[in-house]
Amino acid sequence: MPAEDPPTADPAAAAAEAARLAAFDALIADDKRIEPTDWMPPAYRKALVRQMSQHAHSEIIGMQPEGNWITRAPSLKRKAILMAKVQDEAGHGLYLYSAAETLGTTRDEMLDALHSGKAKYSSIFNYLAPSWADMGSIGWLVDGAAIANQVPLCRASYGPYGRAMVRICKEESFHQRQGFEILLALMNGTDEQRAMAQESVNRWYAPALMMFGPPDAESPNSRQSMAWKIKRFSNDELRQRFVDMIVPQAEILGITLPDPDLRWNSERGHHDFGELDWAEFQDVLHGNGQANSLRLAKRRAAHAEGEWVREAARAYAERTATSERMAS
Amino acid sequence: MTAEPRRETWPLWEVFVRSSRGLSHVHAGSLHAPDAELAVRNARDLYTRRSEGVSIWVVPAAAITASDPDAKDAWFESPRGKDFRHATYYTASQAVPHL
Repeated sequence: MPAEDPPTADPAAAAAEAARLAAFDALIADDKRIEPTDWMPPAYRKALVRQMSQHAHSEIIGMQPEGNWITRAPSLKRKAILMAKVQDEAGHGLYLYSAAETLGTTRDEMLDALHSGKAKYSSIFNYLAPSWADMGSIGWLVDGAAIANQVPLCRASYGPYGRAMVRICKEESFHQRQGFEILLALMNGTDEQRAMAQESVNRWYAPALMMFGPPDAESPNSRQSMAWKIKRFSNDELRQRFVDMIVPQAEILGITLPDPDLRWNSERGHHDFGELDWAEFQDVLHGNGQANSLRLAKRRAAHAEGEWVREAARAYAERTATSERMAS
Repeated sequence: MTAEPRRETWPLWEVFVRSSRGLSHVHAGSLHAPDAELAVRNARDLYTRRSEGVSIWVVPAAAITASDPDAKDAWFESPRGKDFRHATYYTASQAVPHL
């Protein structure tokens, strides 16, 4: 466990504390990375544990909507692709848990926080994915928004987080393309298939835009996170960037983005878009989404059903180690 | 911080991957596994899904001894002020070919 010194009245200790904070601030100002053994302010450590574990939980819960579609995907190729994608998501969760562990939080503590409902994960996974076209929308819009969010995190000031993100971003780009191609295949299909694709995008567009988090004015944590160079761009900046990216992509698909206020603003050099339903965002965040209880129940069950495997593997490892000791 | 740190279900292993012949093993990340055999298998699934490696090492994280992070300035001080260990220190011979 990394030491966190209690506040003290001792002037020598206070001076040492100030010196350590100054050294930390200088590293951040100099755009250098903070590494696990460096001293860091307790609030920085706490913010990182929260963000990184939430991010890991999102990857793990994010396996569910697509995992549900593996058996129903329309071809062997699509099934193989979905399996690879779900396996990547498991991998991304594990990279991020490992990175978070370097801050002194154990894997078991993080899993307990997820299973007890204490820890959050991305609200987007609390929407249901009832149609095959949703696999397309999730890849194109949900993974697309995630990538827009994640690319700047490759330069996060905490070294292990940035390194995990580099690996994740490299692997993630196929996720968005495969989603786009699912929608493209549907848009090149029958009228029914086109309608299925459009209906799906209608449902996912706004929730995907909300993945960047609340507007900047209502996101006080994000200012501190930017000062620490964990985040590099604000929620609204990233959301704008994402909208500007998907508008021409939607044109290629021949799909309509369900926003009557969406139009090019030549003065700003960006697309204007409509107000999002932040009441819905808060509602889903606070447990009232379509799938909050479903996702958590499934995650808890998977963990409980794996208990005997973990226990058997540990017992086997202990017994093997003991018999090796006795033989030598 | 809890008074008594809980025992992890499985211990932590550090993973090193050799990406191709002729290169050294490089730290790729870490994972939890009950024993060395499963650590190698899990490392294959976790760190070489896109043929990133031809060889994997796993090391129990607890077996690694590191230099003292708080003493790094003193510890790594000696090369400082010894620029003469680098070829670039020798400027008089800069224009001489093949040197």
